Amino acid sequence: MAQSTLDGAARAAPHPRRAALIGAASLVVLAVAATAGARYGLLLAIGLGFGVALEGLRFGFAGPWRALLLRREPAGVLAQLLAIALVAVVAIPLVSQGDGEIIGAHAPVGWAMVGGAFVFGAAMQVVLGCGSGTLVNAGSGNPVGLLALPFFALGSFAGAWHLLWWTDLGTLPLVVLEGTQGLLVTLALLGAVAAALLWIAAPGARRLPRRLVAAALAVAALALANLAVAGQPWGVVYGLGLWAAKGAAALGVDLSASAFWAAPGNVERLGASIFTDVTSLTNIGIIAGAFLVAAWRAGGLSAPLPRLPLRAWVAVAVAGLAMGYASRLAFGCNVGAFFSGISTGSLHGWVWFAAALAGSAAGLRLRPALGLEGPR
Amino acid sequence: MTRRLTAGLAVAALLALAAFDLATAELDPYGAPPLFALGSGQGSGGAHCAALPE
Repeated sequence: MAQSTLDGAARAAPHPRRAALIGAASLVVLAVAATAGARYGLLLAIGLGFGVALEGLRFGFAGPWRALLLRREPAGVLAQLLAIALVAVVAIPLVSQGDGEIIGAHAPVGWAMVGGAFVFGAAMQVVLGCGSGTLVNAGSGNPVGLLALPFFALGSFAGAWHLLWWTDLGTLPLVVLEGTQGLLVTLALLGAVAAALLWIAAPGARRLPRRLVAAALAVAALALANLAVAGQPWGVVYGLGLWAAKGAAALGVDLSASAFWAAPGNVERLGASIFTDVTSLTNIGIIAGAFLVAAWRAGGLSAPLPRLPLRAWVAVAVAGLAMGYASRLAFGCNVGAFFSGISTGSLHGWVWFAAALAGSAAGLRLRPALGLEGPR
Repeated sequence: MTRRLTAGLAVAALLALAAFDLATAELDPYGAPPLFALGSGQGSGGAHCAALPE
């Protein structure tokens, strides 16, 4: 009887904690809506949804690319392609209206863009977290993600500072797949990539688990909500660079020396609150949402921290910096360029995919030498 | 040490970021844009990693 009571208490114990987590998250969303505006509260809620979906359903980018390259397991990448296709069906027609209410993640292909995507792909395998993955990992208590995140922000700030110099090296005209024809071409390309992945898949690895289907549906719905509320696609990198830029300005750095940070739109955002910046809000929401899931799960935060050699921690910091810098040159990370670029019809999203996949193959080879593989 | 420490640090970093921001910038809920950009008739701000500065 006594044991039964103890068991009951153990089962009941999570409920007050979980109620407190939901209550705290709701309060923060309401506070932002009341003090900054309803749109910004809603964007924070969308960010929380991303964090919960990504961590709760274990939907990511770096991990599935690793599984594809090392073990020919394409399920995670197929789920990414499914989510992108679902968003594209709505987003490409909306963006193609061209009235400026809704803009796409459109950027030109260029030398720096391709090189940036390659470096980002390599660095994200070192960290084993992409743009969104680093946020999720930090929020769920992964110390590698937590260390990489501030360096990611610094790199994004520095990459933005130098962006125009890099784009001057050579950039093609902007190519956007628009209208019904653009949507059909995008869906056909996504289908062709999916078919190729299924063809090369290891025996028994061609199934898409229900969990990943649910994750793809959730991420697609949240990405469309982001588009309808913010007027722009889901992104990560701009907000991180903005945080570092605000910090630099507070320390006395003269941002007017940078053509990027001195541009009128960026000056305005530097003077405004991050609680009115779209990507800042969704980034904060992703970190907090991942924390909610980790704290919600029984034992979710009780995993011991990994014991890595010093060179591994140094490598994580350098890779975080490289991810931030390279993602600016590449006009986005896996979210802003790959996911949002392709789903809104930008050619650079496809080029980013190819270059970052090649970079990922290189990054996977670096991990053992950097002390990031083996027993933890 | 467990992830409780690092997750706590992540939350503390978010709180510090919010405190820094609130100390250096003002919020104006009355000047906020409509709830949805879609159908608002207003142009998007363009603060996105794919956007070059204008």
